[in-house]
Amino acid sequence: MSEQIEQALERKYEAGFYSEIESETFESGLDESVIRRISQMKGEPEWMLEWRLKAYRSWLEMEEPDWAHVDYPKVDYQAISYYSAPKSMKDKPQSLDEVDPELLRTYEKLGIPLHEQEMLAGVAVDAVFDSVSVVTTFREKLEDAGVIFCPISEAIKKYPDLVKKYIGSVVPRTDNYFAALNSAVFTDGSFVYIPKGTRCPMELSTYFRINEMNTGQFERTLIVADEGSYVSYLEGCTAPQRDENQLHAAVVELVALDDAQIKYSTVQNWYPGDENGKGGIYNFVTKRGIAHTNAKISWTQVETGSAVTWKYPSCVLKGDNSVGEFYSVALTRGRQQADTGTKMIHIGKNTKSTIISKGISAGNSNNAYRGLVQMGPRADGARNFTECDSLLIGDKCGAHTFPYIESRNPSAIVEHEATTSKVSDEQLFLCKQRGLDTEKSVSMIVNGFCKEVFKELPMEFAVEAGKLLEISLEGSVG
Amino acid sequence: MLSIKNLHASVEEKNIIKGLNLEVKPGEVHAIMGPNGAGKSTLGYVLSGRDGYEVSEGDVSLNGKDLLELEVEERAREGLFLAFQYPVEIPGVSNMEFMKESVNAMREQRGEEPLSAAEFLKKAKAACKQVQLPLDFLKRGVNEGFSGGEKKRNEIMQMILLEPSLCILDESDSGLDVDALQVVADGVNSQRDGKRSFIVVTHYQRLLDYIKPDFVHILADGKIVKSGDASLAHEVEKSGYAFLGKSYEEAEA
Repeated sequence: MSEQIEQALERKYEAGFYSEIESETFESGLDESVIRRISQMKGEPEWMLEWRLKAYRSWLEMEEPDWAHVDYPKVDYQAISYYSAPKSMKDKPQSLDEVDPELLRTYEKLGIPLHEQEMLAGVAVDAVFDSVSVVTTFREKLEDAGVIFCPISEAIKKYPDLVKKYIGSVVPRTDNYFAALNSAVFTDGSFVYIPKGTRCPMELSTYFRINEMNTGQFERTLIVADEGSYVSYLEGCTAPQRDENQLHAAVVELVALDDAQIKYSTVQNWYPGDENGKGGIYNFVTKRGIAHTNAKISWTQVETGSAVTWKYPSCVLKGDNSVGEFYSVALTRGRQQADTGTKMIHIGKNTKSTIISKGISAGNSNNAYRGLVQMGPRADGARNFTECDSLLIGDKCGAHTFPYIESRNPSAIVEHEATTSKVSDEQLFLCKQRGLDTEKSVSMIVNGFCKEVFKELPMEFAVEAGKLLEISLEGSVG
Repeated sequence: MLSIKNLHASVEEKNIIKGLNLEVKPGEVHAIMGPNGAGKSTLGYVLSGRDGYEVSEGDVSLNGKDLLELEVEERAREGLFLAFQYPVEIPGVSNMEFMKESVNAMREQRGEEPLSAAEFLKKAKAACKQVQLPLDFLKRGVNEGFSGGEKKRNEIMQMILLEPSLCILDESDSGLDVDALQVVADGVNSQRDGKRSFIVVTHYQRLLDYIKPDFVHILADGKIVKSGDASLAHEVEKSGYAFLGKSYEEAEA
């Protein structure tokens, strides 16, 4: 039976193609001059360059963290190119008609048509290709509502006060090794500002694509939801299939001011490497949100890609009555390794957090949940509920749970539940006896296991996530 | 329809079925009775192709096809349905989506268009009512948190929806009270249409008061040792499996 499952798990990576696009790519290597060049390419103001350089200088003094339950050869930071952009983007196309059709085709192939009339009606997309944003759709419609949704490189120039005020306010430059590196060299990403009392009229989404070889993608996303506003944001990511590892070190900062709500969903499908662990993306990401009084931040992630994942979307529950949520599905197979989870930092009174983590391990993979729940001295009446479930497929994979609970308030309540289960022979036999093949059976059982998380995703993407798991589990059953 | 010739099968290298012969014609109901450990449940698993159940000898054909050559799901699509004695839970997968997938897998095999969500829902609701389960069972996870009796009824509901040509009921009566037994039996009887065949595996005669068999077979030590009509079941009820010899009597005691 387990052999059949193994076969069923042999997956094709459907986003693994490379687009022939003439690019301008920096030679590999990193020093202050590279940072100056990035800043110059982006036409940034002096303060931004200074900020980058400060980050770079602290990064030089920091050490790469090694506490995660992952194992990979040391990254040679001098072998990476820190900027790559399609040449055609240099003249800043003003409309979609001026964008290189090959770029548009790339997104179409990925199922993300960028022509507004072809898109899912309720979703605006910012498409980031290597180091630049190619296009941002529905901008006018959003502007009518007062919503700012643009590449962060543009926001730095157009809305310097907002960016200056909030960038690094949630994830400081020196927060950690990868965040410091990102702060020094970030190239693009999305900026969102939702004005007071506004409900963003559509879903916002950013689609990240790594295309060039030997480049890293260092995007930076900043979302500010002003008082009483609401926004739902989704990011998706893919990369070509290659034998070399590539680095993706992103930073995402969310600011939910009083009574605001931010729902942030990720469908991560970076190239995971082949079955022997060759190639794939190193996904070292820092994501954190700060919730002010009565605000709510909700992270939902579906992680199926990447060779190595190091990622802990977190909530700082600063304001009284603020709410943090983390819903995660992490699927690893082949030689994939994931160390992912969250941090819920309860500072304010009556703050609440919920963590639902579903880890699925197959093949020779390793899947770890790592989560911190911290109840501060002021967090009277704070509550956390954590549920951590692992599903094992086959007998060569590992599931690990590392919960950390720190409570400095006697009135705080922390609950933690954890289960580990296997896709059982009985379940498979029942499915197959009802006429379903092994692939369909496994993907159905896995989807069922993830249901609690999928129901948190925006509807269009819940379907996509289900499909993605299906593709991930797709193979050639004899 | 189903023809079993000299079937030998083992589980973990232990011979369980030892030369079993059985002919089932369209529309017939065959009851298989026997003491514990006779190989009753094993027969159902062997016929449905479960992993770990190795056939060492013999032939089995279903509707003219060599059953033993087929994978589990292919046998199912050929119309073989097994109602489990202990149905397993599949958390998070709703009964509805599970059965829709499976009904459409059967339809595909028959060259029919898949049912739309609305068409399926209509059929599912009717089947659910027929086995007297509340409609919210369609939304609940497959067997998730169901009682023993609810699980058995859920199996019958699946049988009704899948319209198989051969139904094997593996102790569908075990653990049921009289009312539930009636529901299960009514469900089965409603599916008797002169073409569909049944193999009813049971330990007790009781079920056969509700589902009238055309033939009763006594399975002992991996073989059918006695066959007869419904009256054979009453004989067993009265005097147990004593006629099989002393060892079985003790096993029953």
